[in-house]
Amino acid sequence: MNRYPLWRYLLIGGALVLSLLYTLPNLFGEVPAVQISALKVTAKIDATVMDTVEKTLKANAIEPNGIFTDVGSIKVRLKDTDTQLKAKDVLDQALNPDRENPRFILALNLISDSPQWLSSLGALPMYLGLDLRGGIHFLLQVDLPSALIKRLDGQVGYIRNALREKKTPYSGIAREGQSIVVKFRDAATRDKALREIEGTTPDLQLKTVEEGGEFRLVGTLTLRAQKEIEQSAIEQNITTLRNRVNELGVAEPIIQQQGAERIVVQLPGVQDTARAKDILGRTATLEIRMVEAHAGSPEARDYDPQKIEAAVKGTIPFGTELFYERHGNVVEPLLLSKQVLITGERLTKAAPTFDQRDQRPVVAIELDGQGARIMRDITRDAVKRRMAVLLIEKGKPEVITAPTIQDQLGGNFQITGSKTPREASDLALLLRAGALAAPMDIIEERTVGPSLGAENIRIGFHSTWIGFTAITVFMIAYYLMFGMISIVALAINVLFLLALLSMLQATLTLPGMAGIALTVGMAIDANVLINERIREELRNGNTPQAAIHAGYERAWGTIIDSNITTLIAGVMLFLLGSGPVKGFAVVLCLGILTSIFSAVMVSRSIVNLYYGSRRRLDRVSIGQVWKEGAEKSEVSRKR
Amino acid sequence: MEFFRIKHDIPFMRYALIFNVISVITFLIAVASLAVKGLNYGVDFTGGTVMEVSYAQAPDLNKIRDEIGKLGFTDAAVQSFGTSRDVLVRLPVKQGLSSAQLSEQVMTELRKDGVSVEMRRVEFVGPQVGKELIENGALALLFVSLGIVAYLALRFEWKFGVAAIIANLHDVVIILGFFSIFQWEFSLTVLAAVLAILGYSVNESVVVFDRIRENFRKMRKASVTTIIDNAITRTMSRTIITHGCTQLMVTSMLFFGGETLHYFALALTIGILFGIYSSVLVASPIVMWLRVSREDLVKPEKKADVGAAI
Repeated sequence: MNRYPLWRYLLIGGALVLSLLYTLPNLFGEVPAVQISALKVTAKIDATVMDTVEKTLKANAIEPNGIFTDVGSIKVRLKDTDTQLKAKDVLDQALNPDRENPRFILALNLISDSPQWLSSLGALPMYLGLDLRGGIHFLLQVDLPSALIKRLDGQVGYIRNALREKKTPYSGIAREGQSIVVKFRDAATRDKALREIEGTTPDLQLKTVEEGGEFRLVGTLTLRAQKEIEQSAIEQNITTLRNRVNELGVAEPIIQQQGAERIVVQLPGVQDTARAKDILGRTATLEIRMVEAHAGSPEARDYDPQKIEAAVKGTIPFGTELFYERHGNVVEPLLLSKQVLITGERLTKAAPTFDQRDQRPVVAIELDGQGARIMRDITRDAVKRRMAVLLIEKGKPEVITAPTIQDQLGGNFQITGSKTPREASDLALLLRAGALAAPMDIIEERTVGPSLGAENIRIGFHSTWIGFTAITVFMIAYYLMFGMISIVALAINVLFLLALLSMLQATLTLPGMAGIALTVGMAIDANVLINERIREELRNGNTPQAAIHAGYERAWGTIIDSNITTLIAGVMLFLLGSGPVKGFAVVLCLGILTSIFSAVMVSRSIVNLYYGSRRRLDRVSIGQVWKEGAEKSEVSRKR
Repeated sequence: MEFFRIKHDIPFMRYALIFNVISVITFLIAVASLAVKGLNYGVDFTGGTVMEVSYAQAPDLNKIRDEIGKLGFTDAAVQSFGTSRDVLVRLPVKQGLSSAQLSEQVMTELRKDGVSVEMRRVEFVGPQVGKELIENGALALLFVSLGIVAYLALRFEWKFGVAAIIANLHDVVIILGFFSIFQWEFSLTVLAAVLAILGYSVNESVVVFDRIRENFRKMRKASVTTIIDNAITRTMSRTIITHGCTQLMVTSMLFFGGETLHYFALALTIGILFGIYSSVLVASPIVMWLRVSREDLVKPEKKADVGAAI
């Protein structure tokens, strides 16, 4: 009765092999590596980059321990940190020949030293949380109402212009809270105005209101527009953050939306926390200035190659500054006025789209009311002049575009000249990168120094190990052979748990390690239940084989019941917990599932293998079974 | 080895009233302390900044207090953390100053005299996040309780669900009571421990209930009290051994797990010790007083349909 069919052994054996395979990468430790990823949207990690990397390393006599590609990055494994630094330098020079305008980010990283065949099976070491590997965690709250208000302000400018152009008289226009209010003297003018602007403002829902003898037109953002603005604000902020993080050269940054209005930034392994905070908190600025002289297109005004030539040599006229605009490999020198006309705060929208007449890719720009007014004033007399857009980041200005003004412009206009839709979207992205769509506040910060991370790993490992040893000693002393079997099952349980965590790449945190320890302590419960039950059956006079059988059968229901209640707690913790607590919950839930399997199936299979095949079994080694009235009888002494 | 050589069933239920009075008293003490003193919430819940710094030599805490006071934080708490060289600084939320600036300011001030200080950890939690964490914690407690009652009601009977959850919420209140009386820091990890205990110590009740159900089937003639006494006696050795093993692990964490896991392990320890007591000696009497009967658990055999014939 205590025999398992072959398939059960095969199932358990298969699970064991698979678990060993997936736990293996954790034992190899980590080696230094250089990680290369694309910085610019235009740069791509492809075969040519791979080729450059290989050739450069060869030329410098650096022998890599392996070069891997995964999604969007190349990792070069090296034998020690000295080689790592050297490799980073030579690769940096080879891949980013233009120092001012790097195309790739090179980051120092630690990657698993497990053999390639393991990695290609998808067997990776556990993903350590920030509290174990050190690094910075930020939770940022995006101020979405202010993004809505910014857009409303833009719309105020637009409506004012539209009404002026149509010569429709109005007595006042302003934003009041979350709506735009336009006041008119009579209903007829108002209705005329409504007809004029209706259809040109798809984001607004317009309503007519009569109040205190005043005829009002009230516009509020439609629900769809609100959603769209909020989503694009979050996305834009994420893009901006990503650009800034790229500069830090962090190997595996995580920047993602959390909930409706929050962004999580995690920078593992960052040592220089002060610099990281500085760069993340910085605001880039966007400036629009007039071009005073250029040597680009003869049909535009201020075409003056001599002046430019002189400026490049060092004679810069008073009130101007020399900048360079880059178009791929073409560099164009420009003399710009020192006067800043419009800054990035006035920009409410920059999106790639297509020209309605000829379907060319363009970037649609929208300015707020004040920006629109300035733009109208300056472009009135500046048709055919050129206007430059400067992005100033890390105090380094860069001309991102310098188009020729074709007409008098207002709050809405477009920049043509992009050759492909991709180019247009890159330009739009750069324009938006100048400003965060909405201000952000850090509402949570957790920084863990690298030394503390390493110590946390040591502490977690150490305490689990001591606890495990103590349980082993007790179980074997108390239950002898069955104790041994329980401990083997428990060790296999830990193996399963580690394999699952590695497989799922769930984040392991310090509370998560505590969870491993706790599940070990709790998993033994199932074995104690079974062993006690077997003793009791023996006490009642059953034969050893029958006692084993009954012990496992009877304990099963109890084990399920008691584990499900803990599972309920674990799932709730996972759903409602955050950060480190979530890590604890994941381990708790997985640990319960593996412990049911290992305590029941695995330990049973060992028992069956050991005892099940014996036809005549007089005694089992489960420690002393005390019987009332038979003080000295020892049913169980190992033969 | 065999620790438990019990000849007769121990008449636990005869003393049920005494156990319940003890429970009520400890419960009331815990509630009173929670009401008067409250919990010493950690930075996770109150919002604010915690910094852990490590000095090469044991520093003078008063000097650190002065230095931080110079930055305008009069109500900062400075204490040693674990060893004498590690110092924990707690700063309340300050309007208009981002956490990033704050921790850098403090570090600059501490490093000013050329002392070698290493920044080990910074935790800043905004007040709105803290509020959410408290809400989510309370919500989790509620859902776990409801989930357990529902499961036990389904698997056994509603009386068992109610008894188990009363016994275990009593544990939770007592753990919180300890944290309140001794003003230990109540952090997010402690909350996790409390919820884990809620799930874990229900196990205990489940094991006893399982036995009660089995006894109702087997001991057809016995009274309810005898059945419960027998169930508790029979499961006692398992209860003690299991909890002993879990406690071995938790004790290891308590002593070797460092400061971060210390209170986590402490909460688990209290939970495990009271869990044994409450799930056996509180839950079972409640089941008894809820007048559990054989019919509640053992489904009566269906009687043959009578009267189908004309």
